[in-house]
Amino acid sequence: MNRINKKLQEDKKLLSIYFTAGYPKLEDTTTVIHELVKAGVDMIEIGLPFSDPLADGPTIQESSTAALKNGMTTATLFEQIKDIRKTVDIPLIVMGYFNPMLQYGVEEFCAKCAEIGIDGLIMPDLPLAEYEMHYKAIFEKYDLKMIFLITPQTADARIRQIDAASDAFIYMVSSASTTGKTSGFSTVQTDYFERIAKLQLKNPQIVGFGIKDEETFKAATQTAKGAIIGSAFIKALTADGIEGIGNFISKIRP
Amino acid sequence: MNYNVNENGYYGDFGGAYIPEMLYPNVEELRQNYIKVMQEPEFQEEFHELLREYVGRPTPLYFAKRFSEKYGTKVYLKREDLCHTGAHKVNNTIGQILMAKRLGKTRIIAETGAGQHGVATATVCALMGLECIVYMGAVDIKRQAPNVARMKMLGAKVVPAESGSKTLKDATNEAIRDWINNPTDTHYIIGSVVGPHPYPDMVARFQSVISEEVKKQLVEKEGRENPDYVVACVGGGSNAAGIYYHYLDNPNVGIIAVEAAGKGIDSGESAATSALGKEGIIHGSKTLLMQTPDGQITEPYSISAGLDYPGVGPMHAHLFRSGRGEFISITDDAAMQAGLELSKLEGIIPAIETSHALAIFKDRKFKKDDVVVINLSGRGDKDLNTYIEYFNLA
Repeated sequence: MNRINKKLQEDKKLLSIYFTAGYPKLEDTTTVIHELVKAGVDMIEIGLPFSDPLADGPTIQESSTAALKNGMTTATLFEQIKDIRKTVDIPLIVMGYFNPMLQYGVEEFCAKCAEIGIDGLIMPDLPLAEYEMHYKAIFEKYDLKMIFLITPQTADARIRQIDAASDAFIYMVSSASTTGKTSGFSTVQTDYFERIAKLQLKNPQIVGFGIKDEETFKAATQTAKGAIIGSAFIKALTADGIEGIGNFISKIRP
Repeated sequence: MNYNVNENGYYGDFGGAYIPEMLYPNVEELRQNYIKVMQEPEFQEEFHELLREYVGRPTPLYFAKRFSEKYGTKVYLKREDLCHTGAHKVNNTIGQILMAKRLGKTRIIAETGAGQHGVATATVCALMGLECIVYMGAVDIKRQAPNVARMKMLGAKVVPAESGSKTLKDATNEAIRDWINNPTDTHYIIGSVVGPHPYPDMVARFQSVISEEVKKQLVEKEGRENPDYVVACVGGGSNAAGIYYHYLDNPNVGIIAVEAAGKGIDSGESAATSALGKEGIIHGSKTLLMQTPDGQITEPYSISAGLDYPGVGPMHAHLFRSGRGEFISITDDAAMQAGLELSKLEGIIPAIETSHALAIFKDRKFKKDDVVVINLSGRGDKDLNTYIEYFNLA
């Protein structure tokens, strides 16, 4: 069974962390992963940096730009994490934009992920229709779970479609925004969380965008299976360095 | 072969809508409505009345006698430079502002490089009394002060894009991010035939008024609808899409696309996407774009701020790959000389973008009886500083 599906069966609220590979320094990728595992996170999204990250706010734009300046490439990332499964058991997801994957070759990219032991992919700009038409068969061949996003604006019918096409979890974007934008949740978000919960989807949901501390983590996981922290983690990493990772995580889920 | 868009939003291998889910409702709303709205008689009436009374259309199809004599062929100039605001850009912004109103949008956003599309958008927002926010690279804001001032006079808010290289592609990223953050009340007026489907098709349809007029005008002047060639400069490619549109599927009309070679194709400072680009995804569309082997989008260069876009509209990518279009690249120097030459031969100072299209005649020879229509996409006032510096005119 794919590690993501296995993890989703655990009886707890999951904490997933996004970070940008090759940031703060090029060679920090595996160190950050190991520190996150040590701190007890349930899942990690390894961000493959892109020059033009449309869905991201300033924090992840800056970490991406810095990582690219450090020399991060798709091939470098695969090289850095080639032995990661010797030491890390939790689900690992690669999150990036579609163009670098396209240039690497979609099949080659998937094959390499499978070889390393990556469990899933998040590609915000590879939409459902294109995925199903051209790439689904390849992803499935390598047992890579494609994670789709939904937002408060996504119509119920489309959520059903996305649910049908998914086989892990649904990435539930908390508000209409780019990453790192929101400050706390209002009733608009909690109403949305409840609306989705009532749809009784076959895939569990994990909430992302706007999670930054214990309070927002709790609010997000009231109905959802887990939450993803990205920008807030990158900010902490920038401010406190790798040594601060344990402390940051312990405050989210004391 | 079909050269226009198909029902899935593709031109051959290119196009589509590679957008994050956050944009799906906006883009889908547009996709479901744009053709229906554009075909409403009241929409057509309002659009054409504004083009006539406000923009000043039809623009003349002018026979350039001295230029023709010099190059031994028959050259006509489609005078888009005489449009209100000084370029073809306004054809699209008029169309899109009417579309936005039909869709009940109250807030307009746009991206701009040199500022021409920003000015054209600010103009129609003033005309309709809608809020207008224009994203412009911080570097471009410094380089294009007069256009920034024009936008402000027209009531627009100009927001600097501080990310990446701080130029057009980053301004486009910022506009897209704004749209993600404002999903219900906002319409994004893209300025070229780029972006996710249906934008390339919608913008091409609004700009197609250019070739629609050429067909009628050429009958009066030459007794036939079809020229032997249509020529246009291509950055994103909206003026080119406009003059090609009604000739796309007519094999008797040659299509010539002129890209900016900058300091030379191999100089590392160029914007000739057909020569240097590879298939990839930029701003929601699969097309040809300039990128590193690793898929990072690179920063193009041209002396003309309107041509330094790292991609090209999917229609043009298809025209290139299928061989339907003849693609020529022109250096900064050749373009500047051609701009000066047209000024002296015809008394028309062209935009530097347009000067690239005029520069092909030095090397690309035409027959004496060939009828060649060049889209004179914009006037050169905005480029005076560049002309002054280049030719030491001060």
